[in-house]
Amino acid sequence: MSNVLVIAEVRGGSLKRSSLEAVTAAIELAGQTGGKAIAIACGSGLDAAGSELAASGVAQVVAIDGAAFESYSGDGYANAIAAQAGEHGATAVVMTHTAMGKDLLPRVAAKLDASIATDATSVKFADGKFTVQRPVFAGKATLTANGTKAVFCATIRPNNYAAASAGGNAEVNKIEPPAGDLLSVVKEIVASSSDRTPLQEAKVIVAGGRGLKEAEHFNLVEDLAAAFGPGVAAVGASRAVVDAGWRPHREQVGQTGKVVSPPLYIAIGISGAIQHLAGMRTAGTIVAINKDADAPIFKVADYGIVGDAFEIVPALTKAIAEVVASK
Amino acid sequence: MEIVVCIKRVPASDTTIKIAADGKSIDPAGVKYELNPYDEFAIEQALLIKEQLGAGSVTVVTIGSKDAQKELRDALARGADKAALLTTDQWISDGASTAAALATWIKSQSCDLVLCGRQAIDSDNNQLAPNLATHLGFACITEVNKLELADGKFTAERDIEGAREVVTCPTPAVLSCQKGLNEPRYPNLKGIMAAKKKPLEEAAAELPAAGLEVVSLALPPERAAGKILGDGADSVPALIDALRNEAKVL
Ligand SMILES: Cc1cc2nc3c(=O)[nH]c(=O)nc-3n(C[C@H](O)[C@H](O)[C@H](O)COP(=O)(O)OP(=O)(O)OC[C@H]3O[C@@H](n4cnc5c(N)ncnc54)[C@H](O)[C@@H]3O)c2cc1C
Ligand SMILES: Nc1ncnc2c1ncn2[C@@H]1O[C@H](COP(=O)(O)O)[C@@H](O)[C@H]1O
Repeated sequence: MSNVLVIAEVRGGSLKRSSLEAVTAAIELAGQTGGKAIAIACGSGLDAAGSELAASGVAQVVAIDGAAFESYSGDGYANAIAAQAGEHGATAVVMTHTAMGKDLLPRVAAKLDASIATDATSVKFADGKFTVQRPVFAGKATLTANGTKAVFCATIRPNNYAAASAGGNAEVNKIEPPAGDLLSVVKEIVASSSDRTPLQEAKVIVAGGRGLKEAEHFNLVEDLAAAFGPGVAAVGASRAVVDAGWRPHREQVGQTGKVVSPPLYIAIGISGAIQHLAGMRTAGTIVAINKDADAPIFKVADYGIVGDAFEIVPALTKAIAEVVASK
Repeated sequence: MEIVVCIKRVPASDTTIKIAADGKSIDPAGVKYELNPYDEFAIEQALLIKEQLGAGSVTVVTIGSKDAQKELRDALARGADKAALLTTDQWISDGASTAAALATWIKSQSCDLVLCGRQAIDSDNNQLAPNLATHLGFACITEVNKLELADGKFTAERDIEGAREVVTCPTPAVLSCQKGLNEPRYPNLKGIMAAKKKPLEEAAAELPAAGLEVVSLALPPERAAGKILGDGADSVPALIDALRNEAKVL
């Protein structure tokens, strides 16, 4: 059997949207290996997430459900998942490249003595080999590589595969977490802010740089983000403004911040240093607003407006709000 | 506490990447190298923990070319006690074999804590810590940006999508360090002089067969040249039109 296991991420009882992208990758891979796509989730109270996975197009769902898995434990989840991978004859294990994916899949791979590639933009199986493509050198090059081991693991970059919606009604196989001590355990999850869209999941990122002159002027950026409607847009920042303490590091886009790939990225008063471009050059559409017509950001932007952000951004916010209101 | 810090010599973040003739590696001509930026946080955290406990040792280790002596000396100059260079001529893009080789070496040491960066900015794997911890049977917390140590137990914070996690683990542990964890100190002249006399041992890296076989390394497709729609707020309607009707993202 050459089944493909996809690890789904459940937080607070709900399935993470981005996990459905990994489901799509798993279903595609299973089509190529001739095996089944099997979704696996760990947690406590997985009924709703399990049903949602059962209707995603996978052939089977394994829910490792019990009080011991109420909170995330990298080693605990990895032990349970590696055991299931063996039991289900998995030759590939995939997961989305999220904070949990980055923490969990390398452990599973080490347990299975598998090949592992992280942050993949594509995975496929042909001629008996798994092949992965992934950005390296901060996106300045693309690596294509083949797995050499019996099992192949990959984390999949968000926003690269469409979310699965194939339908179906797969069987959900509920099992207890295995007994054993857990080493690392999440004690608490503190929401950063109630209504903030995570950077990597946002459909639109409005990012501001030093051209905004002062921390207070980021209200222009926040207003533009808000104009897209609730839950659509997130605020990003260049390192210059993070280092200046105007914005928190979690908003930093770039080589030493987050790598994002939203459908729309709007850069305001950002020069477009190579380390910033590393974090956003794979965005779908890039818009730049900068008063310097020679700023490097215009080299990667699909659309640019040259001029003063303080004049352009309020006008853009108003226009976007009108478009959104008319929908 | 006996602390091992894993560091890597990487092309500087502003280096222009050119592909070598083999189509599988980068052309080293003109490439400037530096200490991986996240590893500075790992070195600093090791020194802070040693200072907090008033005992123990800090050993820096790297798998890399002979040239990586420079980055090891840099770490020694900041205050690490000793260094080990596990030599290889290969550029290893494969996280699994790096982890296995480091695990083999660490097992030969006395070690209660391994610190590393969250990501090496060449291969961008972001996987060493959990991979290595699994080989060693150590606890692991990744992308730590706040850390406390009390009674041999760690309490760490890390950012997850839209929230912050508080995670605990016992020693022995592997922790990967994220920006924000601390403010790295830089070597001073005294440190640089002292570093020259500190032990730097060299041995061949025991790399297992690679888990990934490189097929090709290529430059990404260039983004097509964009359009400057005009100057000032008068161009906003043209932008809205382009976003709606051309890019279709509104
Ligand atoms: C190891 C390393 C890692 C790094 N990692 C990152 C990273 O992850 N992310 C990152 O962003 N940077 C990173 N950098 C820093 C990077 O090199 C740049 O310094 C930084 O991106 C610059 O930020 P900025 O564009 O906001 O500022 P600047 O470069 O100062 O640009 C400001 C821009 O605003 C424009 N402007 C000024 N006034 C106005 C106005 N009124 N209206 C419109 N436009 C205006 C200017 O023309 C200019 O183009 C890193 C650097 C190093 C060395
Ligand atoms: N060749 C290497 N030698 C020593 N440490 C390494 C090596 N490669 C990666 N590391 C460490 O692992 C961290 C994460 O790297 P990576 O998982 O490759 O992105 C880096 O920040 C280093 O601390």
